[in-house]
Amino acid sequence: MTDTTPQKSVLKRVAAVPSLLGGAPQWVKVPLILLVLSFCVYLPFLNILPFAYIRTDLRPNGSDWSTVLFTIALYMIVAVGLNVVIGWAGLLDLGYVGFYAVGAYSIALFGSPASPVTKAIAAQFGLPEGWSMAFAACIPLAICIALIAGVILGAPTLRLRGDYLAIVTMGFGEIIRIVMRNSTWTGGPAGIIAVPEPPAADEDFFNTIDVHRWYWLALAVLVILIWLMRRLEHSRVGRAWLAIREDEDAAAVMGVNAFKYKLWAFAIGASLGAIAGLLFASKQAYVEPNGFQLNLSFLFVAMVVIGGSGNIWGALFGAFLITYLPERFREFESWRPLAFGVALVAIMVLRPQGLFPNRRRARELEDRKHEAEEAAADA
Amino acid sequence: MPEQTIPESTSVQDAPISDSEVLLTVDHVTLRFGGVVALNDVDFEIRTGEILGLIGPNGAGKTTCFNAMTGVYKPTSGSITFDGTQIAGSKPHQITALGIARTFQNIRLFPEMSALENVMVGCDARNKTSVLGALFRMYRIWGLPEEDLPRNPVRRALAKVIGVSRHEVEERRSRRKSWELLRFVGIADRADELSRNLPYGYQRRLEIARALATDPKLLCLDEPAAGFNPAEKEDLMGLIRRIRDRGLTVLLIEHDMRLVMGVTDRIVVLEFGSKIAEGAPAVVARDPKVIAAYLGEPDAA
Repeated sequence: MTDTTPQKSVLKRVAAVPSLLGGAPQWVKVPLILLVLSFCVYLPFLNILPFAYIRTDLRPNGSDWSTVLFTIALYMIVAVGLNVVIGWAGLLDLGYVGFYAVGAYSIALFGSPASPVTKAIAAQFGLPEGWSMAFAACIPLAICIALIAGVILGAPTLRLRGDYLAIVTMGFGEIIRIVMRNSTWTGGPAGIIAVPEPPAADEDFFNTIDVHRWYWLALAVLVILIWLMRRLEHSRVGRAWLAIREDEDAAAVMGVNAFKYKLWAFAIGASLGAIAGLLFASKQAYVEPNGFQLNLSFLFVAMVVIGGSGNIWGALFGAFLITYLPERFREFESWRPLAFGVALVAIMVLRPQGLFPNRRRARELEDRKHEAEEAAADA
Repeated sequence: MPEQTIPESTSVQDAPISDSEVLLTVDHVTLRFGGVVALNDVDFEIRTGEILGLIGPNGAGKTTCFNAMTGVYKPTSGSITFDGTQIAGSKPHQITALGIARTFQNIRLFPEMSALENVMVGCDARNKTSVLGALFRMYRIWGLPEEDLPRNPVRRALAKVIGVSRHEVEERRSRRKSWELLRFVGIADRADELSRNLPYGYQRRLEIARALATDPKLLCLDEPAAGFNPAEKEDLMGLIRRIRDRGLTVLLIEHDMRLVMGVTDRIVVLEFGSKIAEGAPAVVARDPKVIAAYLGEPDAA
């Protein structure tokens, strides 16, 4: 353990940067945020050396850079949503992919003229052939469906704690996928084609060639969601979640309706997952049940845990690492599962609180380690 | 012989002050865990503005009684009426909303939150901001007093036009109230420290501040002096009296007899889950049943 100490201190120093900025005055923060944002907007065209080395399409068979950026932004949305559930409310949700699928299927079922649902609605109400709901109308619809799905899953299961909750949510993720595969109204295993794309002044703005526009869209959504979630974090709601995570019974006695707030955490997490799913389906223009395998859930949890749960920036960083690194180092593709496994184990051993943990969460885990050491010493 | 000098405990019950109204009634409450009878037909009332002591030997059911009153346990039979409302079986947060607050025997703060944040969680019991309210902040309030407006001059001017969101007003008021409470219990000097890093005495007093933040009518203190030295106990007695002077009713569980005798108006004594005596401190202290419960019965051995 002794040889890891210097490494740790460096990490700690790096991890302290966001909290240092937190105390910086407004005139430092605002330009800095704008600078970072404009860099993010510029990223798809990055060609200044040495920064261009971060591009993933330097090799002939590398992945398309804009597509990778889009995926990173998409998974960052997922990580922000899952951070609410795991990081703030302390509920281990292993079925998050279920909500991602709900969002993707919401837009596919109601927005695609080829889906059985829109066909049925059109037939029922005598609407013209090829009728489907507009993209803009699908967004609130998807959020509503996800909220309902979150409540349906949460209401009976949130009485469970810890590992039991994790198992039940994992089941939920699988149920969604299996229902989508086996029902006729969801298009079955073949999925649904012709998922609509976002409206734009220029009809062909969101196409398959200029993927960077999709990235910009996802980035804009991500920024708005981070802004909203930070509002929640620093409010009565965020405090209630923290209190529940710290000591649920004491929180209840202090007037926190623990069940209600846990349900809200679930519902908010679900709607963020659905927004990500919606963007994914829209960009793919196609959904199929196999796109929502359970291992995607584990990947999502890994993003939040590796990045540092309880801290939005940590979760974002985790999403970035897990999405970007495998794409950048595609030439070692066959080593990917091994590298991923080793990295996970290494992080769990060396830095169980994640790379950029919430300062509170870090101490909780540090404490547990001390307790374990003391217990071992006693025995 | 004590039995000759002291009247029967039934007549002791009628003795204390009866000019103030009843705030909480514990009416023939029985609580069983399987075969164990934790509370057996316990029956007492708390009057508005008094400091009532609840004492008894270890395992007498004092904390169980607290838990039944604050919604942690549901009584097997009997009823608990607070301020005209039946509360037996209600959820803890509902009871907090009605106006009962409590502290815990073994301190249960939110360890990773600062002292101020701990108290603010208590304040939130009276706040109304919902999830959507915190997200979109559409509920605006105009015409607020100066102190509830933002300090920044630009924002202050803007607030006159577009109002201030309820979230913001509540945050500011909670913060102010929390500071005031921290000063009241005397720990404001370490308000920004994580509650887990606070010294023991501070943690105890922080629990009281957090409970007070929920604006209770009745404050239940579960052994607040446990682990205190005589000087700290003296301070605590002063604090309990000042809490009463704020217009609160206090229910106090305590082992330290000097503290109980010094601060309470009336005392209820429990033993093996049953009430054995009730009355003014001086009267209870001389009650043979109470003496027997604490010192053991001479002819039982």
